Amino acid sequence: MTAAVAIRGLEKSFGTLKALNSVDLEVQPGEFFGLLGPNGAGKTTLISVLAGLARADRGSVTILGHDVVSGFRDARRKLGVVPQELVFDPFFTVRETLRFQSGYFGITKNSAWIEELLVSLDLVDKADTNMRALSGGMKRRVLVAQALVHKPPVIVLDEPTAGVDVELRQTLWAFIRKLNVAGHTVILTTHYLEEAQALCGRIAMLKQGRIVALDTMPRLLDRFRALSAHLRAPALPEQWANQASAHRGDTWTLPLKDYGDLERLLTDCRLSNTPLTDLRLEATDLEDVFLRIMEAH
Amino acid sequence: MVGGWTTLLYKELLRFWKVSFQTILAPVVSALLFLLIFAHVLGDNVRVYEGRVGYTAFLVPGLVMMSVLQNAFANSSSSLIQSKITGNLVFILLPPLAPLEFFGAYVLASVARGLAVGLGVYLVTLPFAAPQMAGPAWVLFFATVGAGVLGMLGLIAGIWAEKFDQLAAFQNFLILPLTFLSGVFYSIHSLPPFWFSLSQVNPVFYMIDGFRYGFFGVSDVSPLLSAGVLLGTSLVLGGLTLQLLRRGYKLRY
Ligand SMILES: Nc1ncnc2c1ncn2[C@@H]1O[C@H](COP(=O)(O)OP(=O)(O)OP(=O)(O)O)[C@@H](O)[C@H]1O
Ligand SMILES: [Mg+2]
Repeated sequence: MTAAVAIRGLEKSFGTLKALNSVDLEVQPGEFFGLLGPNGAGKTTLISVLAGLARADRGSVTILGHDVVSGFRDARRKLGVVPQELVFDPFFTVRETLRFQSGYFGITKNSAWIEELLVSLDLVDKADTNMRALSGGMKRRVLVAQALVHKPPVIVLDEPTAGVDVELRQTLWAFIRKLNVAGHTVILTTHYLEEAQALCGRIAMLKQGRIVALDTMPRLLDRFRALSAHLRAPALPEQWANQASAHRGDTWTLPLKDYGDLERLLTDCRLSNTPLTDLRLEATDLEDVFLRIMEAH
Repeated sequence: MVGGWTTLLYKELLRFWKVSFQTILAPVVSALLFLLIFAHVLGDNVRVYEGRVGYTAFLVPGLVMMSVLQNAFANSSSSLIQSKITGNLVFILLPPLAPLEFFGAYVLASVARGLAVGLGVYLVTLPFAAPQMAGPAWVLFFATVGAGVLGMLGLIAGIWAEKFDQLAAFQNFLILPLTFLSGVFYSIHSLPPFWFSLSQVNPVFYMIDGFRYGFFGVSDVSPLLSAGVLLGTSLVLGGLTLQLLRRGYKLRY
């Protein structure tokens, strides 16, 4: 099977700064893939190389088998990119923006799909409003619509939910998920890690231009699988009190290795007549994993 | 499916047409003012083509062509720099537009704006002009290809400039001297030897001179020479612009 995106030995420097350092990555058709990393990790640079907005110093990228440099026409037809920057053409209304974008791809009879995009992204009321007069979140949604106007099989979203309110974030994800289920490959960057955890099947973590983790979501979560218990108690048996990662007044946070650990804690509390007035458990989430991996590199 | 470049061309045409007050009417008015002032001040004192053509009539084609050229340059350069600075250039960098399509759309839109302004200037200066054109085909040829060349220069300037003041510098230190030192306001035979020789290496001189030949059937140099220089210039600049676009110079980082 041809990879949706195949990146080989990619290098890109800005002066002395290595923004991408021998990046190798394959994303298969139909994947919902997350590209995570702190500010300046190189996510946008990587996406720019995929999209042909930036040229790599070394290495190659293909989109569904088409090289982004030598086969740029086919590669770009197969790719839809939502840029991170909130850009727009103040010259057009929302609908005109989409019509023109469609035209640039050589698709002139596209109004059915354009109307569907307007509905799906809740832009119908604003369809004939000038781009200048939209709020930030609305402009962001137009950017998403623009990226999808030529029905690209591979969709790349660079922080599509930055500045978008909760309700529309849900609408947006429902829509992107639907596209993914229909077979579109989705690559996503976001700093909302709970979003990534809920959506992505596989994750790559980037730090200083290098891939420092690349795995499926369940395996990543397993890697640092642990529990933490949030307790409310006047005091704790001494060996547990010493382990607390946080303690203020009668609230305690205890890291636990597993559920066996939890059982021992509860037994000790009962034996020492320690009354627990509250107990809440938390499993490792992507954010913990992310922080641990970033720390380690 | 049609080429995406036709949409880009349409957008570029719409861009100046929607604000035609500034992009067409304003330059027409300023050309008319030039004509009134220069004709009034110099009218009786300047002899051109050994007196075969009156100065005001001589001035008209020069002003028409100057307007064509300046506006062709302004169109591609200002469109491109605006898209670059606002960042919405990304919308035409993402689609599968080849360098030649990008080039064609911008240059043709520049030609259209140049010709629209030129036609406007011609119409308002008609009362001062020579009664008939000696060779309309020459007029059309020089206006169209000349506008194309300046459209290419505008593209180059827009690609190169990162800020508006860099574009202004390009305009003030290159385009303006080239158009003013080209015989718009005088026959270069009336110049001292140094400026005469300098004018002869200025491609804009050949555009104006050839254009003027189309009006009067008289010119400083042969229209064939002018046409040759113009075509040569457009080939060189066209090649250069395409090369810049192909390399993604300052557009794709
Ligand atoms: N055009 C450029 N010129 C110079 N340096 C650049 C350029 N673009 C990016 N960089 C640098 O390259 C590095 C990677 O930037 P990039 O935008 O790819 O990060 P990112 O992972 O997208 O970050 P963020 O989460 O903040 O969007 C940064 O150090 C950035 O300063
Ligand atoms: Mg980024």
